[in-house]
Amino acid sequence: MTRESETGSRIRERRVMQGVKQADLARAIGISASYLNLIEHNRRKIGGKLLLGIAAALEVEPQALTEGAEAALLGALGEAAVNAAMSEHDAQHAEAFASRFPQWAEALAVSQRRIAVLERTVESLSDRMAHDPYLADSMHELLSTAAAVRSTAEILAGEGALEQEWQDRFHANLDADSRRLAQSAQVLVGYLEQSKGAAAAGLSPQNEVEAFLADRDFHFPQFEKQNLPTTLVDGLIKQEAASLSDAARFTLRRVLEQVRGDAGVLLLADLQTGINEEGLQPVLLARRFSVPVALVLRRLAALPALGAGLVVCDRSGTVIFRKSVDGFSVPRFDSCCPLWPLFAALAAPGAVLRERVGQLGRAQVQFDAFATTDLGVAHEYNTPVPAHGVMLLLPAPAGDVRMEVRAVGATCRICPQEKCHARREPSIMG
Amino acid sequence: MTKHVVLVEDEANIAEAIRFLLGREGWRVETLANGHNAAGVIRAAKPDLVILDVMLPGKTGFEILAELRSDASLAGMPVLMLTARGQARDREMALKAGVSRFMTKPFANEEMMSAVRELTAGRVS
Repeated sequence: MTRESETGSRIRERRVMQGVKQADLARAIGISASYLNLIEHNRRKIGGKLLLGIAAALEVEPQALTEGAEAALLGALGEAAVNAAMSEHDAQHAEAFASRFPQWAEALAVSQRRIAVLERTVESLSDRMAHDPYLADSMHELLSTAAAVRSTAEILAGEGALEQEWQDRFHANLDADSRRLAQSAQVLVGYLEQSKGAAAAGLSPQNEVEAFLADRDFHFPQFEKQNLPTTLVDGLIKQEAASLSDAARFTLRRVLEQVRGDAGVLLLADLQTGINEEGLQPVLLARRFSVPVALVLRRLAALPALGAGLVVCDRSGTVIFRKSVDGFSVPRFDSCCPLWPLFAALAAPGAVLRERVGQLGRAQVQFDAFATTDLGVAHEYNTPVPAHGVMLLLPAPAGDVRMEVRAVGATCRICPQEKCHARREPSIMG
Repeated sequence: MTKHVVLVEDEANIAEAIRFLLGREGWRVETLANGHNAAGVIRAAKPDLVILDVMLPGKTGFEILAELRSDASLAGMPVLMLTARGQARDREMALKAGVSRFMTKPFANEEMMSAVRELTAGRVS
């Protein structure tokens, strides 16, 4: 057993001993419950700040969770090696490097962690600035006023005498602009505070819904029964989603009705039996249960043990549902990378696509992506039926190199792949 | 001969500060508060320098710049663009449109004046 896997097991043991729920620990350290599940089941490396965060949340020394500090260090060096596209042969020397040059190794690891944090910050801010018109306008107002204040103040503070008339005029301008600046800043802070408020942990109804579902690990055991009353969804929304906005409740109702409908056709317990006998093969499972592949993909995403992600888009390509998975970023506001199998599936209704994918600049965590189209029912002639692209993301087994990996991005603005035939706009990543 | 600049800026207090700074160095400053007919005014006036904001009522700075650069007689006219939109793609758009210098707000007065001097060196007396 490797050092990392021992760490994951220790985290699970400590958590269970303390009676802490997986979802609660995940929330406390700012990761998804499915990712924590992968760590605890020894399917993801653990190190750096995340390890420190878990140790703090469990109130234990980090060393109690690892064999020593070098585990975290080697994890970060491993990520740096992947980012640098280092050969496997060279990457294997990480331990020798850390042992021979411990301070250089630590410096490199610190830089690696910082890069990861900055990449996420750039992603989220760029995404938000580009597609949150209110924020963009507010920032423009703020910067324009700041420019006026700065120019005027520099003139007043500059060398040389200033005629009284100019002095008076600039003082009046400065007074007006400083008031305007304060007001703009207050409005902006109010907007940002509101955005991160408890009820609106996200910036849109869709984000509220995602937060609501993530709190429950996207899993609703109350739906896992046959012949449920149709009022179940209403009751759940009334009892547990009262604090959400009206728009979020509207979206949540659609999602929960889908979950209830899917569960009515294929219970997770039956699906698990199918997986045990057929393997994790969506097409085989769909055939076994005589259900659409899209439904199987949605059901697989609801199995907490798989730690899978799910993205659903409508015919226009707009993402209408996401179950996030660490290592694969789905932009909240920006348009997604057109290279995702999700969009290829929309262009080939009926086909089921399977591809191994990894997002550039994200340490190349790999996923097996299964994508297909979920066609709705026609309600009238000569009108396109509703169609949804559905893509399941299963973390690829560690060390499995049998499939070719397609490098995809999150969105063009932050994608480092310069020469991409699908590029819509330049990257800001330089 | 008096140096002539057309300043297209809708923020009145920024325009006033720039007018003061340039006026102190002998420039005649013609100010426009919107982009509606800015290209026409510039084409007629043929100033020594244009200072353009990007976000303007009527027409954006990018559109005005494109109109200027499509006129062969104005192709070499120095254009300094000032904007609160300092993202990489705005800068790239401005460079593609043929801007001579791109500066983000808030800027230091001396920085702006240095740019003005550099852009007009050898062009004005």
